[in-house]
Amino acid sequence: MALWFRNLKTDWLALRRPELTAVPVVFTIPDHNRVILSAVNGIAAGYGLCPGMRLADAKAMVPELQVFEDKPGRENKLLTGIGQWCIRFSPWVALDLPDGLLLDISGCAHLWGGERAYYREVVNRLQSKGYQARAAIADTSGAAWAIARFAARNPIVPAAGQGNALLRLPPAALRLEGPVLDRLDKLGFVTVESLLKIPRSNLRRRFGEDLLQRLRQATGETTEYLTWLQLPADWQERLPCLEPIRARAGIEVAVQRLLEMLCVRLAREGKGIRTAVLRTHRLDGKEQAVQIGTNRATHDMFHLFKLFELQIGQLAPGLGIELFILEAPHVEDVEQRQEALWAGKKSLQEQAFAELLDRLAGKIGAKAIRRYLPREQHWPERSIQPAQALQEKPGTSWRTDLLRPTQLLARPEPIDVSALLPDSPPMVFRYRGETHHIRHAEGPERIEREWWREAGEHRDYYAVEDQHGGRYWLFRLGHYHREGGQWFIHGFFS
Amino acid sequence: MLEGRKDIIKRLQQDILQWQGIHRPADDSLIQTGLGDLEQAFPGAVFPTGAIHEFLNMKPEHAAACGGFLAGLLSKLMQEGSPGLWISRSRQLFPPALARFGLRPEQIVFLDVRTEKEALWAMEEALKCEGAAAVVAEVSELDFAQSRRLQLAVERSRVTGFVLRHDPTALSATACAARWRITPLLSQPEPGMPGFGYPSWRVELLKVRNGNPGIWELEWRRRQFVSRSRAAGTLDDTVRKVG
Repeated sequence: MALWFRNLKTDWLALRRPELTAVPVVFTIPDHNRVILSAVNGIAAGYGLCPGMRLADAKAMVPELQVFEDKPGRENKLLTGIGQWCIRFSPWVALDLPDGLLLDISGCAHLWGGERAYYREVVNRLQSKGYQARAAIADTSGAAWAIARFAARNPIVPAAGQGNALLRLPPAALRLEGPVLDRLDKLGFVTVESLLKIPRSNLRRRFGEDLLQRLRQATGETTEYLTWLQLPADWQERLPCLEPIRARAGIEVAVQRLLEMLCVRLAREGKGIRTAVLRTHRLDGKEQAVQIGTNRATHDMFHLFKLFELQIGQLAPGLGIELFILEAPHVEDVEQRQEALWAGKKSLQEQAFAELLDRLAGKIGAKAIRRYLPREQHWPERSIQPAQALQEKPGTSWRTDLLRPTQLLARPEPIDVSALLPDSPPMVFRYRGETHHIRHAEGPERIEREWWREAGEHRDYYAVEDQHGGRYWLFRLGHYHREGGQWFIHGFFS
Repeated sequence: MLEGRKDIIKRLQQDILQWQGIHRPADDSLIQTGLGDLEQAFPGAVFPTGAIHEFLNMKPEHAAACGGFLAGLLSKLMQEGSPGLWISRSRQLFPPALARFGLRPEQIVFLDVRTEKEALWAMEEALKCEGAAAVVAEVSELDFAQSRRLQLAVERSRVTGFVLRHDPTALSATACAARWRITPLLSQPEPGMPGFGYPSWRVELLKVRNGNPGIWELEWRRRQFVSRSRAAGTLDDTVRKVG
């Protein structure tokens, strides 16, 4: 299907500034020291203005002309926006600069009840949005392009009928360059039919290979490759709705159905979802998305649905949702589970725990869930590292030969300490207004800073016990000097 | 005739325990906590798994003692390698230290929540899941209704839950199986050795459902609890009254 927006830019402007719908409007671009028109609206065209004209001439013809400066790349941006919106009609949308879109609608039209209904829906929806669009459906994109722009009637070409449909059209319908068209015009070729009567070798000699290539593309003798706006993901399911959905129950049914479709496919190939995104296209053109993640790949429909259930509340259906797209951007192989009559208690438990974590992550956030593995570093704050996955095993063993506190303060708190001799263990310290007399002390354990990471002084750690049995981890930053090294409390032993 | 009556009473007592949510686990799933004569305080002289335990922590410094004791208990509960969940708002627990208490720190999944409400929601959700061996939540307040919800959740899943209450302001009755208070005790270093000795605690069982509260002194030695000596003192009356 080809879509042609005759007045793309002026339609866009009229949408933003409705007062400009009834006056002649042109866009201009500078070109070689003069200003020429780049786009005109319907009224301006009625006065005989057309793109390529000088602005001065145009102003002389139509004094009340509204002039706006054009920006390069604007049509690209506009078409991309419309193309994204058109994804609700087909996943395969390609830009056709400067003023059109190409949609591959194989297998899409029947969802709207046939090509005629589909055509009407697309055109009506675009018109109601304010874009003057013409569309055509044909077997090849070349033929659809030609018919959208040059045929007055019959926008839907029956299968394999593009050859006949093209016959009465002018050669410009073949997407040819300007000089070639001029030459064809001079020689009196007014229809495509007249071109087809000439032997191909003669055509090639006179007009170049390009003409033949376009001719073959339009008739479907060669395939034309398009660059799609957005490649549909491998793991994607779509659910268009005839009636826009607004209620939560309806959304839940839609999600369930999508999951069902996707999970069957995933299960067949032994894959499971790690992350999934649900995109909803609203009636008013807004797009919303919610995302879920799992700790291990799964294609368990009920579990995935539970995760989505926690998120559905974030969707605002507005006037209604007309298209649901479920995508799984991150898919992994599932650990194949043996279908045993007696499922092992442990594997069942593991499964249940992973699903619990997914639920918690859905409500509280995946960042809140942490599991730690040892790291071979002495600096206490860096001796642990968060695990990346639920199944990850520690690469090194936990050290139990060093005294480490059960509670570690996130940042050490300064304390006042007095010691008998500068380098002897502390005797008394004050922490939060309480004086602790130290009965037993062990240390120092000197931990040097990692100089390749940060500058600073080393720490001399002491493990001490006070008169009430409280056990603390204190350290002195750096060497003892005249002002007295600064002391800190860093943790509590059990 | 007399025997018959005794049997009936015994059976009725068992029934009452059952109705109160206290099940004696099957012998093969009995967990050796190694708590020694402290276990005598519990109904049936078995540490109640599949129940909620409440730990009071009056001073911030005592949180470490409580955490250490709990780590020792968890290491017994999680011996099969099943994971545990630790829910807290401002976590200070330092995972490497757990290794000293026979607990593999990577077995614990930490969940950092923002509010107490979230912590209790997460705990209830986790207690319903049979995959976890134990769930620990650090909160400060727990009222009867909340504790009842947690208790109902564990009765179905048989997961053991621990509620660590830091600095509680109101001590109301709860539906928990036991209320504990752990305070550090001056350690007894071995003669001639530097530093302090093994971690030692004063373990107070303030309340036990269908059991006998009491005070014990325990040490953690060679990966198990060792009773220091049965404390002569009785329970602090003030705490017992409000509990």
